[in-house]
Amino acid sequence: MIKITEKTIDVQKVIETASSLGAGAVNVFIGTVRNHAHNKNVVWLEYEAYEAMAVAETRKIIDDAAGRWPLLGWAVSHRIGTLKPGEVAVAVAVSTKHRKESFEACQFIIDRLKEHVPIFKKEVFEDGEEWVGARPEAQPTAQLN
Amino acid sequence: MKVRIKAYGIARDITGGTLDLEFDGQTVAHLRKSLYERYPALSGLASMMVAVNQQYAGNEVALHADDEIVLIPPVSGG
Repeated sequence: MIKITEKTIDVQKVIETASSLGAGAVNVFIGTVRNHAHNKNVVWLEYEAYEAMAVAETRKIIDDAAGRWPLLGWAVSHRIGTLKPGEVAVAVAVSTKHRKESFEACQFIIDRLKEHVPIFKKEVFEDGEEWVGARPEAQPTAQLN
Repeated sequence: MKVRIKAYGIARDITGGTLDLEFDGQTVAHLRKSLYERYPALSGLASMMVAVNQQYAGNEVALHADDEIVLIPPVSGG
């Protein structure tokens, strides 16, 4: 399952979709909205996606991961629209026979997603707004969830 | 040649979203040159990829009038 949605992400559904009776491990990454960035309070985030390509690029990442680790199940759901601090922006789940490959595959998928999938977020502060990572000088403060 | 381009994120703020562009040449490199002349602010971005028919496209890729061409500024999903 690859989903780009304006609705609240159902993390339990993501986990269930990724689960497999043959798996001894389900690894889940949940990316949430932080309430601060650049020492400022984040009021909300706005996410948008080039949806068709975002799904296609995510599919490529999953295929790549499946070639590196023996995945028994997987699911990725990414939220778009307006998100407040604490809300879930993305959920990735994979299941494998043993835990080690589930940790590795899940990290690989979220890392690649953040680098390649055409999804864009804007941080809205009390006194302005900024597209994340858009400007070269904004890079040093960018960090993974 | 003449193409229609769609832009997302900060590239949409800069260009207005959907634009028709007429330029000399027929590759992504030619398109970029024309875009940067028309919208100098695009060259101030940390990166800008061009997607053609939902695939990231290098500068050498040849364009066609009916291609789906999209400007992709730095991505920040997750």
